[in-house]
Amino acid sequence: MTAMCRDCLVVAPGEQMPTRCRECGSPRVVRHPELLLLGIAHLDCDAFYASVEKRDDPSLADKPVVVGGGHRGVVSAACYTARTYGVRSAMPMFEALKACPQAVVIRPDMQKYAAVGRQIRAIMKDYTPLVEPLSLDEAFMDLTGTERLHGRSPAATAATIVKRIEAEVGVTASIGLSYNKSLAKVASDLDKPKGFAVIGRAAAVDFLAGQPVAVIWGAGKALQKRLAKDGITTVAQLQAMEETRLIARYGAMGLRMAQFVRGEDPRRISANRPTKSISSETTFHHDISDGEELKKILWRQAERVARRIKSAELAGTTVTLKLRRTDFRILTRSRRLPDPTQLADTIYRHGVELLAKEISKNTRVIAYRLLGVGLTGLVDGADADPFDLAEPSAVRRADAERALDRVRDRFGADAIGKGRGLP
Amino acid sequence: MQLTIERSAFLRALGHVQNVVERRNTIPILSNVQLVANEAGLSLTATDLDLAIVETVACEVRRPGGTTAPAHVLHDIVRKLPDGAQIELDYGAEAGRLVVRAARSKFALSCLPREDFPVMADGDLPYHFVLPAADLRRLIEKTRFAISTEETRYYLNGIYLHAPEDAPVLRGVATDGHRLAHIEISLPEGAGGMPGVIMPRKAALEVHKLIEDGEGVIEIALSDSKIRFSLGDIVLTSKLIDGTFPDYQRVIPSGNDKLMEVDCKSFAAAVDRVATISSEKSRAVKLTVNGSTVVLSANSPEQGSGTDEVPVNFNGEGVLEIGFNARYLLDITGQIDGENACFDLSDGASPTIVRDAADPGALYVLMPMRV
Repeated sequence: MTAMCRDCLVVAPGEQMPTRCRECGSPRVVRHPELLLLGIAHLDCDAFYASVEKRDDPSLADKPVVVGGGHRGVVSAACYTARTYGVRSAMPMFEALKACPQAVVIRPDMQKYAAVGRQIRAIMKDYTPLVEPLSLDEAFMDLTGTERLHGRSPAATAATIVKRIEAEVGVTASIGLSYNKSLAKVASDLDKPKGFAVIGRAAAVDFLAGQPVAVIWGAGKALQKRLAKDGITTVAQLQAMEETRLIARYGAMGLRMAQFVRGEDPRRISANRPTKSISSETTFHHDISDGEELKKILWRQAERVARRIKSAELAGTTVTLKLRRTDFRILTRSRRLPDPTQLADTIYRHGVELLAKEISKNTRVIAYRLLGVGLTGLVDGADADPFDLAEPSAVRRADAERALDRVRDRFGADAIGKGRGLP
Repeated sequence: MQLTIERSAFLRALGHVQNVVERRNTIPILSNVQLVANEAGLSLTATDLDLAIVETVACEVRRPGGTTAPAHVLHDIVRKLPDGAQIELDYGAEAGRLVVRAARSKFALSCLPREDFPVMADGDLPYHFVLPAADLRRLIEKTRFAISTEETRYYLNGIYLHAPEDAPVLRGVATDGHRLAHIEISLPEGAGGMPGVIMPRKAALEVHKLIEDGEGVIEIALSDSKIRFSLGDIVLTSKLIDGTFPDYQRVIPSGNDKLMEVDCKSFAAAVDRVATISSEKSRAVKLTVNGSTVVLSANSPEQGSGTDEVPVNFNGEGVLEIGFNARYLLDITGQIDGENACFDLSDGASPTIVRDAADPGALYVLMPMRV
């Protein structure tokens, strides 16, 4: 057993630090036989959006804080105080407020969180170039082989990073340390908040055996349901099954599950994971069933997607429309385009057609609580919107949009727009 | 129904009609061919609800009547019977079964009632004209490669057939947005006032198959929703695509003044060679036209690079570089019957016109790609 103090980073045999650090007296000691041998870390900030808000407004420190989109939206993040009342992220806001009426609700400020996220990522990059972000507030780091460079083990480096984030950024984070990505991700969740959890090679399979299938990264509600239908609720059951059987039954996910339950995950950490999709969605204050009103919102979303895809110098080949009905059922409808696009006009046109098709399918009026549109199948922006022999008027619309973009570049995003974008 | 029919005549007719029958059908009766015997002979009908084909074959009818039987199975049986066999068809001897007998072979096929077989109403077809089969075959052959398969722009899934006001021709146009084929044949008498119609891909390909040797004439009758082709004993009726074909005239450039003329065969062979190396996904080939040669080049980050060179006549100044999808280029050069292909170029980003030096009625437009 090896022990390490997370505050002064002293490493000693476990028996020398049974409860507290022998040097600084800190109780924050991590113990694990393979502590110095593991190099894959998953860093996950604790209640990130809520922590940022608390940092910026100290009067919130002891209050339950919930970040999310208004009464109708869902909880994006709940601080640990709010969680004691049973508030969870992704819970509809009205339910959260039922559970915790005194909660302070804050509308998310994504730009602020993105800036904080970049700051955190920059700190991680000081220690390894192999940082693979999963979202604004979590990332994998491959710290294998950095011992000589930093003069300390990957475990100590991870602890250093978290300490720096706390001191310099003002939010806390948890570390999961293991020998592959999925286990590191599982580990970071074990000891939250301000956690440091380790899953080693020797104990991985036994540890997993005691977990429910929900622990599998990629096993969402649908797969869990399917597994439950097949009578499978625990990882141990999957461990008892042949890999070939799992593949035959669950396809590619079967293979991943088979590997995962044996503690295997061949995926590497790659620093430049390309963007896979760009989208924009809105949860409404009031349910909307009026097609015209939905179209207006769709236009603003199309403009937002176009702006982002243009600045990323990408183009998308598939337009996807997303609708959430009042019964919380989500519908997505996609359409492959003849050529990649980055134009708001094209995204909007296809989005409207998909929307009209969906609305006309219903015999009665259906209200929606969320609308979103996005592009996937991203390719180089230089291939975007070639001249289309079958749609000569598209050229003029594209020219008009590029002219609008030039005006916006000079005079700001709100300097000019189409009439349909007016409130 | 009871009749005797000569195997080769029956096989030929079945071969024609079974093409229309989809291999997988959600409506069972659409897998069947309708057989009706009367004093005119045996008529065979197959349909996919968008398209119907009826062929009449002479035979010896002993008892008139009719039924429907599985088209592909019947075709396979008749195909496997010995050449020269006399086939007896009997419906009524065994309940609900069509008995097929030839020499010592006997089959009893499950049938579906003839009353359930969908009839394609012709409606009123006010426009009639007759044109040489060879002309229609040429029009279809040279436009079909450009027909789009994209479902969302369903109005591109066919050949736009119309009699333009600017010339006494019957013109077929097809495009998928990347390339466009524009073929003219001489205007048949009576076609002048016809509405522009979009003939679906399947109808075009079926008619093309039926034309075979290209002799004789074809009678066309149409309205703005249906078209009927009559070739002797065969009648093919198809719905037309209900949509508006794009204003293609606007995308045919008029100011492309850099003309490149090249021997089509050697150019196509060089494109094909060089394209071996271009990446599977984009299939891009770059043309660098410089004085009296065009250099073809392709690059693939995985495989390396390749170049080839073909002599040309070029009237432009300096060097012109333009990239094309190799497959699209080969599709078009494959349509050119004459010795030389003419490229009317503007610059590396604008649509290019390709013409057949020997055929003024054929014109193709091709969009360049970034290389």
